Amino acid sequence: MEIPWDIILIQTVNGLVTGMILALVASGLTLIFGIMDVVNFAHGELFMLGAYMGVVVLTTTGNFWLALVIAVLIVALLGAAMQITTLRPLLGRDPLNTILATFGLSLVLQNYALWQFGPVARKIQEPFTGQFTLFYLQYPWYRIVIAVLSAAIITGLYLFLKYGRYGIWIRATTQDRVMAQAMGIPVPWVHTAVFAIGAGMAAASGVLFGPLVGVNHAMGLDWVLKAFIVVVVGGMGNLGGSIAAAIFISLLEAYASIWVSPSQAIIVSSIVLILTLLFRPTGLFVPTPK
Amino acid sequence: MTKRHAKIYWTGFTVIIALLVIAPLVLPEFWRRFLTEILIWGLLAMSSDLLIGYTGMVSFGHSAFFGLGMYGAAAAILMVKPPNLWLAILYGLAASAAVAMFVAYFSTRLRDIYFAITTLIFSQIFYVIIFTWTEVTGGENGLSFARPALGIPGVYTVPFTSTTLHWFVLAIVAISYLVLRRVTQSPFGMVLQSIRENEARTRAIGYPVERYKMVAVMLSGLFAGLAGVLYAIQNRFAAPDFVYFLISGEVVIFNVMGGIGTLLGPIVGAGFFLGLREGFSRLFPWIATTFDMPYLAEFPYLIPVGIIFILMVIFLPQGLLGFMKQRLNQ
Repeated sequence: MEIPWDIILIQTVNGLVTGMILALVASGLTLIFGIMDVVNFAHGELFMLGAYMGVVVLTTTGNFWLALVIAVLIVALLGAAMQITTLRPLLGRDPLNTILATFGLSLVLQNYALWQFGPVARKIQEPFTGQFTLFYLQYPWYRIVIAVLSAAIITGLYLFLKYGRYGIWIRATTQDRVMAQAMGIPVPWVHTAVFAIGAGMAAASGVLFGPLVGVNHAMGLDWVLKAFIVVVVGGMGNLGGSIAAAIFISLLEAYASIWVSPSQAIIVSSIVLILTLLFRPTGLFVPTPK
Repeated sequence: MTKRHAKIYWTGFTVIIALLVIAPLVLPEFWRRFLTEILIWGLLAMSSDLLIGYTGMVSFGHSAFFGLGMYGAAAAILMVKPPNLWLAILYGLAASAAVAMFVAYFSTRLRDIYFAITTLIFSQIFYVIIFTWTEVTGGENGLSFARPALGIPGVYTVPFTSTTLHWFVLAIVAISYLVLRRVTQSPFGMVLQSIRENEARTRAIGYPVERYKMVAVMLSGLFAGLAGVLYAIQNRFAAPDFVYFLISGEVVIFNVMGGIGTLLGPIVGAGFFLGLREGFSRLFPWIATTFDMPYLAEFPYLIPVGIIFILMVIFLPQGLLGFMKQRLNQ
């Protein structure tokens, strides 16, 4: 069989672009899990609401970047409210309770979006429509911009966690909740802030990804499943691992969709997940535990 | 259980069964179907309670077992002429057992949320396969078929009416309940409960924990498949929507609402959930017309149901039946 190099290269670019978006979704998810053992089932819905907020602000102001910023802020606030009302009372209970509560939240948010915005998919106009030639394709610059922006946001998060004063609070709370509290860190508010940051990142990826697909009320479901796969493959609560896993899995799916239909490509990533769980249950991109 | 407890228990059991037997004779057609549906979803939720309540493993993949039961029944009804009820049940059980064996082998090596996520991903794999394999499964449209007749083919058969179908479902659910109850009280069930309480200690005592978990998942999957068969027979179709993970989520909701670890609780939960759904789906159009608020007519009933569910997770984690039990014991 002849190897279609041009298709493979195009799919590599495609895979990297979706990989960066997925990394943005998954890093929020893994951050939330790492700090408070919450498996956020509603993460896909935050992604979806972000995209809808983007649609709303874009149609009123006409400015894509303003829409991005406002959507992120609104969804981050919503995330904080969700955390305070539903997750804070569950602190210290079995993490499974948080799956249940966030599953309930996702039902509510999804049906709210269906009611508010209707079943017809909305479209976000991309901020610029320039293209460049990639073999026989006219490849939109916007996709490259998404990947770069996502990378920038993730780098920003990393730097904040590494050097920022509040970033250090967050890392301290992840390491030892009780000790952090004893050192005077307001742990409950750190939890709320982290949930808001994760929600904001999900919203950002929703707005950025909106122009590539239609915005509808069920778009979050696919993403939350993929993000779960990524987070488990990368090692729960491990930021670097999640990013590596997001790119790895998106590339795999992109290559797989050369031969099978894109909807079947998720089977490939599921197989990766199962193999990871069988042989490296702590995650594919972390050093082997001693 | 003391002798007096046993007496109260069996009296209650008989009364409830008797009420459920009489119910279709007095209820109108719609509510008759509704009650049958509650029993079927209750069976599905009960099967999952064996994992959630007794073994301490929350499965988010029960839609796979349920859906494969549906498709197995569909295969038997469509391929074997004349359609045979018992063969449909057999095929459905075989299909769900095969899937359950596969899922159990991989997922039981994991614990807690990892188990939940793995079962979720597995059910999603089966969903994608069924959704995209149009030639065999009918793809998005699913398969529809005629309802097989009740009885022994070739000897004596009668077509199902909604009343006899209700009795048939009731009989199967009641038998399944008694079997599951016996299982949870058997030495095997005791080991499952000790895994829930302290897995490391159970292993240290010398029980092969993985094998017990695997059998538990398979048994649970088998009863979930049985529920799928019944649902397929009641509604005369099999559709990929029932393999989608939202169904698994609803099953977990039934369990939490009714009370995990009680077997009967999940049935109560299913009734409560479906009742709420039915109530709210009528309430909003009613409010919209009565108080002239047309924007409320399409208000999705799942929003209040979801909020009630969240409140119950926070404030009533033992569920309705668990709460009643606690009250009675005081």
